[in-house]
Amino acid sequence: MNYKSEVMSTGTVTTPVKTKAPGEGLFSAKNRKLIYDPLNDNNPITVQVLGICSALAVTVKMKPSIVMAISVVVVCAFSNLIISIIRNSIPNRIRIIVQLTVVAGMVIIVDQFLKAFVFDVSKQLSVFVGLIITNCIIMGRLEAYAMSNKPWPSFLDGIGNGLGYGLILIIVSIVRELFGSGELMGTRIIPESVYKMGYFNNSLVIMPPMALIVVGVIIWIQRSRNRKLIESK
Amino acid sequence: MSLNKLFFMDYVNTFIKSVFIENMIFAYFLGMCSYLAISKTVKSAVGLGVAVIFVLAVSVPVCYMLENYVLKAGALAWLSPGFATVDLSFLSFIMYIATIASITQLVEMVVEKYAPALYQTLGIFLPLIAVNCSILGGALFMQEREYATLGEATVFGFGSGVGWFLAIVALSAIREKIRYSNIPAPLRGLGITFIITGLMAIAFMSFMGIVI
Repeated sequence: MNYKSEVMSTGTVTTPVKTKAPGEGLFSAKNRKLIYDPLNDNNPITVQVLGICSALAVTVKMKPSIVMAISVVVVCAFSNLIISIIRNSIPNRIRIIVQLTVVAGMVIIVDQFLKAFVFDVSKQLSVFVGLIITNCIIMGRLEAYAMSNKPWPSFLDGIGNGLGYGLILIIVSIVRELFGSGELMGTRIIPESVYKMGYFNNSLVIMPPMALIVVGVIIWIQRSRNRKLIESK
Repeated sequence: MSLNKLFFMDYVNTFIKSVFIENMIFAYFLGMCSYLAISKTVKSAVGLGVAVIFVLAVSVPVCYMLENYVLKAGALAWLSPGFATVDLSFLSFIMYIATIASITQLVEMVVEKYAPALYQTLGIFLPLIAVNCSILGGALFMQEREYATLGEATVFGFGSGVGWFLAIVALSAIREKIRYSNIPAPLRGLGITFIITGLMAIAFMSFMGIVI
């Protein structure tokens, strides 16, 4: 309940922005780009190299990854929004501590919410919900975007980057769950008959190192399709 | 005598466990962002590694005291019996991050005052440590594993830092060498670094069989 009222109260804060900038629609091309861009060209994980820690540790199964992705979208969007609203009154010297406090507040709300409604997933994620605080995506976007932009674009930027992060998280978890345990979301995908023919689950994929290699391969595929992202030698 | 020896062995075990078996990078992927970003040369990797060891070794025991004398259920009982039922554990994230951010700030000021040469080397990396997940991760693992004594928590913090240091120095050395090899263009830079780290982590998995 607390969580919902928080969303609603911050939701009402966004509305004055609409009246402030009457010339520009809420979902103008520029604003839509804020959401699409982090999905590919400016992906937080594969291009900006942010928020890798949690991306690797929670991707053994799809369910915790989806929960994690949603949590990061929520925290990123609302901390961007709050910091953007108060950005002009934050003294520059202590801005990191102010940002961390806002993010930590948001993470506590998400953590309590997960504990109340999806306790088993919250147990699986263990310390990684807490580690959203130090997830570099959130701090990075606060520093790079929310500190110098209006609340509504910052909110969209938060959603976009959260989704870009979630996209990679879900791709990695699909690969790992499918090859590691032959299931998706807990339901069996690879039929029994295949196992009878001599197929085995690849238990290496469940181990943490394979997450790194899967992300490495995703980067390889993405950059060979999107040549402008290739790093110069 | 034998009890004393046993006590000492506990510390050694915790240290070895936190350096090799539960390595921050290879087993939990904590502190990955700065690990990947600042491992281009050995020199800067050593600087950041030392700073991480220092901050972890200081902040984990401080968080341990905070946990056991303020935050845990019933931890405030030393203040007055009336507080025996108070449970502030939901505040742990915000308390830990505030502790870590202020310790980082403190370390930065102390190093600037007493070791200007080291400060010059670490410079930009010091404030970055506040948002390094391995520090908060260390504090949260300390909370989750419920270490028995302050000494053990300190050894755990120091050991985790050493493990992180080893990992980043090893990766930066490999990256310095790999600059001369012919890597497929889309894999250059970030991609190959991920795969190297994965292979290193597979090597570190061999420590997992060790039971201490």
